[in-house]
Amino acid sequence: MAAMSDRAQARYNAMAMAARRRRRLQAFLPWLVIIGMFGIWEIGCTVFQVPVFILPAPHDIYAAAVRWWQPLLQDSLVTLYSTMMGFGMAIVAGVLLGIAIGSSTLVYKGLYPLLIAFNSIPKVAVVPVLIIWFGIGIWPAVITAFLISFFPIVVNVATGIATVEPELKDVLRALGARPRDIILKVGLPRAMPYFFASLKIAVTVAFVGSIIAESVAPNAGIGRLMMVASSRFDVPLVFAGLITTGLMGIVLYWIAEFIERRTTGWATRGTDQALATGG
Amino acid sequence: MTRPFVEIDQVAMRYGGVDGTLALEGCSMNVDLGEFVAVVGPSGCGKSTLMRLVTGLWPATEGNVVVAGTEVDGPLTIAGMAFQAPTLLPWRRVLSNVMLPLEVTPQHRHKLRRERPMYEAKARELLRLVGLEGFDAKFPYQLSGGMQQRTSLCRALIHDPALLMLDEPFSALDVFTREDLWAVLQNVWMTRKPTVVLVTHDLREATYLADRILVMSARPGRIIAERVNPLPRPRTLETTYTPEFQALVHDLRGYIAAARSGEGVVI
Repeated sequence: MAAMSDRAQARYNAMAMAARRRRRLQAFLPWLVIIGMFGIWEIGCTVFQVPVFILPAPHDIYAAAVRWWQPLLQDSLVTLYSTMMGFGMAIVAGVLLGIAIGSSTLVYKGLYPLLIAFNSIPKVAVVPVLIIWFGIGIWPAVITAFLISFFPIVVNVATGIATVEPELKDVLRALGARPRDIILKVGLPRAMPYFFASLKIAVTVAFVGSIIAESVAPNAGIGRLMMVASSRFDVPLVFAGLITTGLMGIVLYWIAEFIERRTTGWATRGTDQALATGG
Repeated sequence: MTRPFVEIDQVAMRYGGVDGTLALEGCSMNVDLGEFVAVVGPSGCGKSTLMRLVTGLWPATEGNVVVAGTEVDGPLTIAGMAFQAPTLLPWRRVLSNVMLPLEVTPQHRHKLRRERPMYEAKARELLRLVGLEGFDAKFPYQLSGGMQQRTSLCRALIHDPALLMLDEPFSALDVFTREDLWAVLQNVWMTRKPTVVLVTHDLREATYLADRILVMSARPGRIIAERVNPLPRPRTLETTYTPEFQALVHDLRGYIAAARSGEGVVI
């Protein structure tokens, strides 16, 4: 009997150990992949003697980033600022419109074709119009970030609310719940996992939006920095800008994911099943 | 003579316009205050439709539904409902799931904030009654199917509904859990005496729980037979093996067979 329980204890310990190892590997793996990518890149550039103005090696990019750290930081902050402004507007407008579309068939039928058509327009083509309206400055970038990140939020919130189980609605309706109660008590909480899934998409494409605007109408921001750098054939600096953008994107993604895990832990026990739509 | 609590008079229900499916036709039944009535019938005979008509979730195509002396023309606020699926909110813990009706019903929503401790104690008491003591801080996914269904039952009872509508609440459970919950439901009914309409296709369940059993015909559904259940309460699992119980189940089975083959047996 004692031997049995010893063996069971050993088996349990082994399983716990394996689980810990797996979790550790999972935490390290992204870093390993990134470091590996830069390593292969560096080696490839050295071995094949790729010219710096075609593909700069990571150490060239690093050097450029150190040399131009001040404009890089300044422009990143400008881009971050306009992206977050546009993204914030997209959250407010997206959630409100998502609720309207998800809870009313009439609004859905009426508005959806227009939304789809609007989302199909390349945002690059809109920027000149925005410049005519708002002039050169921060606003074209803010509005482009808004336009590009708004759609995934609308679609996901609407999906979350529209797919509430009819039985669940019946339970509430049989208690005399008003439509507003049903949206507040069931629709919105149920749409939260969809909403966060869309945030992770929206926050990354919001950067795409603001940088597009900054490159078309160079005033400030990472987009302008890269335009200026490429016109001077300073390719390492262009890459430094790209990598900075990627870094900002991933940090915001992590923040969104962190909030998601804290607030909708009930939904992330299995796989994420939200709709994914990019701009 | 006092009026029945629920009166259903020559009700018809057709889905999807004039050429739609006729789910109910000429369906009449009464339920007295505090009575436990079971409605049994073959699959697809419109039992769930009947539930939705009584609670006012859907309007009837023809006929009248009167509950507590007033004609039903919109969702009732005095009903508690439980379905085949537990339909719990996955983001709420058990206690907060049970208390959901209090946040919604006009009678309680304004008092909830002031008297939360009283309501919470009440919810815990209900959970104890169904054997879920100590589970109030769990999420639904941490419970077994039977425990989820018990939670759902508590949610249907928390606001002291005068009318409890149960739509095959135990049919997704295994036989042993189901028999446990029969005892739980009987216990709840005997202590609180709500009016209960239980829709089921399990004749043993109907015979165990109900004072009166109504049999529905195949679609379009109407009531074709009625049996008063004389078995004394509280009934136990032993009761289900007595000849009287067996005879009643057998009798009901005969009506179902007739209803399925389409011959209307009229009493």
